[in-house]
Amino acid sequence: MAKTVRIPTPLRKLTNNQELVEVNGSTVGEALAELQQRFPGIQERLLDEKGEVRRFVNVYVNEEDIRFLQNQQTPLKDGDEISIIPAIAGG
Amino acid sequence: MEKHDGFMRALKCRECGREYPLTATHVCEFDFGPLEVAYDYERIKRVLTRAAIQSRPKSMWRYRELLPVAHEPTVGLQVGFTPLIRADRLAKKLGIREAWIKNDAVNFPTLSFKDRVVSVALSRARELGFDTVACASTGNLANAVAANAAAAGLKAYVFIPADLEQGKILNSLIYGAHVIGIKGHYDEVNRLCAEIAGKFGWAFVNVNMRPYYAEGSKSFAFEVVEQLGWRVPQHTVVPMASGSLLTKIHKGYQECIKLGLAPETPYRVHGAQATGCSPISTAHKAGLDFFKPVKPDTIAKSLAIGTPADGFYALRAIKETGGAADDVTDDEIRDAMRLLAETEGIFTETAGGVTVGVTRKLIASGKIAPQDSVVICITGNGLKTLDAVNGYLGKPREIRPSLREFEALMAQEEKALKS
Repeated sequence: MAKTVRIPTPLRKLTNNQELVEVNGSTVGEALAELQQRFPGIQERLLDEKGEVRRFVNVYVNEEDIRFLQNQQTPLKDGDEISIIPAIAGG
Repeated sequence: MEKHDGFMRALKCRECGREYPLTATHVCEFDFGPLEVAYDYERIKRVLTRAAIQSRPKSMWRYRELLPVAHEPTVGLQVGFTPLIRADRLAKKLGIREAWIKNDAVNFPTLSFKDRVVSVALSRARELGFDTVACASTGNLANAVAANAAAAGLKAYVFIPADLEQGKILNSLIYGAHVIGIKGHYDEVNRLCAEIAGKFGWAFVNVNMRPYYAEGSKSFAFEVVEQLGWRVPQHTVVPMASGSLLTKIHKGYQECIKLGLAPETPYRVHGAQATGCSPISTAHKAGLDFFKPVKPDTIAKSLAIGTPADGFYALRAIKETGGAADDVTDDEIRDAMRLLAETEGIFTETAGGVTVGVTRKLIASGKIAPQDSVVICITGNGLKTLDAVNGYLGKPREIRPSLREFEALMAQEEKALKS
């Protein structure tokens, strides 16, 4: 079983409207690089010039924010689900 | 002649400035930056004068040109214009010359400032043709969406952390809204709602309707300016959850100045958080312009957002205006709630305790000078967070219905006073 990335609506134009994409990378960073290979242009939407995740992009591995894990070095195992979600207002 | 979009010009990315049409969308496709409504201020300036405003009904909609609806609003026409109270007894206790309470604890209809943002979001949702509205909420927003949707005949789904205060849960259920409790904290509710919003064609007030929704908060600032006799207050202390209210109060003051409604005078906006969830105040105190997300643990549940979406902008607004930020513990929150109640007769929820508590700290530390004047933003009602003070206020003393017992009680009290 591979890992699954959930693509948010604003990025689906780049993935031919695909909502779920399977990847094999062993870290979050590798998974994002793999996305870029398959859907050119997606990386610059997610990462800034320094290669850091943009400040209004939240990345989760199995519902946990990667900033509470090891950011892009967060290891992935088979069956993990990665979600990419824009920041939301208060409530 | 009014255009189809009223006084709105476009949705504009706050990060890169790219513009988008005025639809139900909230993030820039390019860098995920939040979209904000851009207005045609030249046209607004021609019609929105002090006299025009003062001739209108006393609600937040008297500033309608600065709120993002294309036509006349249809939801929440009575919302806003809450009292601004000169709080002399509180000022004395805080050690400051002048203090004002802007009291949204009595906002209509659901007793929090959220009725402001919701009446804008739902009016706009209707213009865009939605029949179902939804929100991710720490409670107050859920109440406001449920009530205002009921009154407007819209279907409502509200998503809340399952462990919310009982009062806030019942306060959504009563209006017939679909209430979904999520076993997780608000940031998790938020994440789920972002995913749901992408899938279901609903108007999520704080997701895809956020650019319109957030603008409603500006009315809080407009009212303060008008109620002070058309001037911007020297200091404003604002509670921070996502940081949106603070940035919009700053924007509201700027708009008043830009349109000539208030003279340009220096002002500071200060941010208040609970120590158990203080990503923004912690960053400010450390001199950073970015924050580190936290896992919230505080009785101020309405402020418990560990990943504040407008945190960056709140930090910038505080810095730009020369303001400060601080945070208070759960005990300090309860003390401050009690202080406001005992001095001004206003029972605020925990978030108000945070704001009053932080105001006290900022005055004590000299960040707000004792000869100055401060507006304290009270955004919610204490009746909704009774759990937070239950067990901390003592108990009524019970006697039988006998005069003798009452006299004995009073004698006891006198003795206690003397000793």
